[in-house]
Amino acid sequence: MSKVLDVQNLQTHFHTRDGVVKAVEGVSFSLEKGEILGLVGESGSGKSVTGFSLLGLVDAPGKIVGGKILLNGEDLVGLSERKLRAKRGKDIAMIFQDPIATLNPLLTIRTQMQLALEAHARMSKKDIEARCIEVLNKVGIPDPAARLDNYPHEFSGGMRQRVAIAITLLHGPGVIVADEPTTALDVSIQAQILSEMKRLAVETGTAMIWISHDLATVSSLASRLLVMYAGRVVEEGPTAQVLRDPRHPYTQGLIDSLPAMAAPGEPLVQISGTTPSLLSLPEGCPFAPRCSHASDICNNEPPLGEASGRAWRCHHPLNLKEAV
Amino acid sequence: MVSFFEVDQVTREFHPKVSLGDKIAAKLGAKVETRSVKAVNDVSFAVEEGRTLGLVGESGCGKSTLGKLAAGILETSSGDVSLEGQPVMVAGVKNTTRIQTVFQDPFASLDPRMKVGEAVAEGPIANGLVSKADAMEYVKGWFEKVGLDPDYVTRYPHQFSGGQRQRIAIARALAMQPDLLICDEPVASLDVSIQAQIINLFLKLRQDLNLTCIFISHDLSVVRHVSDRVAVMYLGRIVEEGETGIVFDNPAHPYTKALLASVPRLVLEDDELVTFEAIEGEIPSPLSPPPGCYFAPRCPYATDKCTEDSPPLIDVAEDRRAACHYADKLLAE
Repeated sequence: MSKVLDVQNLQTHFHTRDGVVKAVEGVSFSLEKGEILGLVGESGSGKSVTGFSLLGLVDAPGKIVGGKILLNGEDLVGLSERKLRAKRGKDIAMIFQDPIATLNPLLTIRTQMQLALEAHARMSKKDIEARCIEVLNKVGIPDPAARLDNYPHEFSGGMRQRVAIAITLLHGPGVIVADEPTTALDVSIQAQILSEMKRLAVETGTAMIWISHDLATVSSLASRLLVMYAGRVVEEGPTAQVLRDPRHPYTQGLIDSLPAMAAPGEPLVQISGTTPSLLSLPEGCPFAPRCSHASDICNNEPPLGEASGRAWRCHHPLNLKEAV
Repeated sequence: MVSFFEVDQVTREFHPKVSLGDKIAAKLGAKVETRSVKAVNDVSFAVEEGRTLGLVGESGCGKSTLGKLAAGILETSSGDVSLEGQPVMVAGVKNTTRIQTVFQDPFASLDPRMKVGEAVAEGPIANGLVSKADAMEYVKGWFEKVGLDPDYVTRYPHQFSGGQRQRIAIARALAMQPDLLICDEPVASLDVSIQAQIINLFLKLRQDLNLTCIFISHDLSVVRHVSDRVAVMYLGRIVEEGETGIVFDNPAHPYTKALLASVPRLVLEDDELVTFEAIEGEIPSPLSPPPGCYFAPRCPYATDKCTEDSPPLIDVAEDRRAACHYADKLLAE
C-alpha cells in the first residue's frame, strides 16, 4: 500500500521566556490511504501541536525545529508559506474542535465554501454549487441546496461541525487531521458524526488522523493508535491490541482509570500525580515519577522496543510474555 | 412519608426579551405571541438520605437548570423543592446552607484575585460555622480532607492545575458542612487520569461525611459509576428514573436505550466492526416542542398515539418510572 503521509522524528519547540518547551519531541508515524490513525493523550501531551505542525500552523514562538513531514513524498518542513498555502486545504486539511470558531459568522455557507474552492481551483458558478451540494450530501446534511444560503448560526452544533467537515472535503484531500472534532458534541450527535467519518474514509480513501483524549471514541474509529505523553509517542500499535494488552504503563493507567473498568461505586484505578510541566521534565522517562513500575534505570532515556507491528518506549514494558 | 430531599412538580420557564415593536403592538391591543421555554417541565423526584441521584441528559435537556432549582439558586416558576420538609427557598432567597454546589468549571467558580484559603473561609465565617480567628486552621483541615497541601491556602487560583482547582471547589462546598451536595459536571473538563482522582475523592468523601448527592453529568459511564439512582432527562422532562444498574441494563424508555447505544465503547477485539446506532435527527427546539411525546419524532417505536398523547411519568415496574406508552414492550425485549 502507498504511504500518503510519513512523519519522521518531528520536533516542534516553543521558545518562551521561561525556557524551551519541547511540545513535540521526536514523533514518527506514517499513514496509508484510507487509514484512520488515532492520536490520544491528555492535555499538554502534544497531540494537538502535532496536528498543527502537519499543516504548518504552528505560530511563534513555536517552530518545527527538526524532522520531516513527507506528504506524498514531498517534505513540508521548510516549505515557504506560499507553497504551504497551496497544499493546505487541497492535499491536507484540518477539522477543529469548535466549528463556531472555524466558520465565519458573517458569511453564508455558500460564500465560505466558494472561497475555499476558489483558493485552489477555477470553477464556474454552476460547478461550484454542484460541488458544494455534493459534499454537503456526503456529510449527511438534509436538503443541502436549500441550506447553502444559511448562515452558521442557523445550524445546530452537530450540523455546524458537518458543514466544517464538508468544507475540508471540497478538494478531496488525501489526509484530514481531525482535532477533537466531536468533543463539543452530545453523544447522540457524536455517534452520527463518527459513523459518517468512518464511511467517508472507506468511500473516498481519505486518510485521517483522529486526535482525541477519549480512548473509547478513538478505538471505535482508528485501526492504529498512537499514545502520547509529554510530547513523545510512548506507545504505538493496532488499536485493539494496544488496548487489550498495553505495553506502556501510562497506556495501562489511562485504560484502567476509565469508570467503565471498575465495578460501580468502587474506587477507580488512578494514575497518581499530574502531567509534568514541559519546562521541567525529569531526566529519562517523563512518566517515571508517576509510574508504579519505575526503577533507577528509568532515569535514563527509555529505549524503543519493537515487535510485530507494535512499538513502545519503556524500560519495563508490560504484557510482553503473552505476546511472544 | 416525606423523603429527605424532594422536588415536587417543579417547572421553570424562561421568557425571551419582548422586542420594542411587540411591546407597542401589545399596547395597541394586538395579540402578541409570547414564546417561553420550559427549561424544566413538571419534574418530580426524591432523594433519600445518604444516596446519590445521577441526572443525565444531553445539552439543553434542563439538567443544569434543575440542579440550580434543587440548590435553591434559581427560583421555580411553580412547584416546591424541600429538604426534610423545609422549603429550600423562601420569597426568592435561599433558605438553607445545608445544600452546596460544585460546578463544572473551577476556573470560573473561583475569584482569581482572592487567595484560595480566603475563598474557602468566606462562607463558613459569614454563617458563623467558624470564628475569623480559627478560620485558617479550619480551612487547612478541609484542604487535607480533599488531598491538598494545607500550606496552599495562601496561593491564588492561577497557581493550581484544573484538578487541584476542582479539589478547592469541593473543599469550599464541604466547608459549609452541607447535607446535600449538588455536583454539576464536576469532572467534565478534566483529563481522564485526573477525572479518576476526583471521582475517587468524591466516593471517599461521600462515605466519610454521609453525604446525600445529586450528580449531574452528560457522561453516562461516570454517572453509572457514582450514582445509586439515575434520572434521564429529555427536553425539560424526566423520561425515566430508577436504580442505576437496572435502568442501564434494561432501559424502559427508547431515549435511554438510544443514548446508551450511542456511547462509544473500548474496542478490544481485532477487526471488530463497530457500528454506531445513532439516534436519528436532533433535539427539537424547546421553543416549539413537538406535540405529544417530545421524543416521538426521533423514536423508532413511535406510533400515532405518541404524537397525540404525551405519556406521563408513571411506575412501570417496582421502584422505577418511565414516560413512554410502550415501556412494557421495551422492558420485555
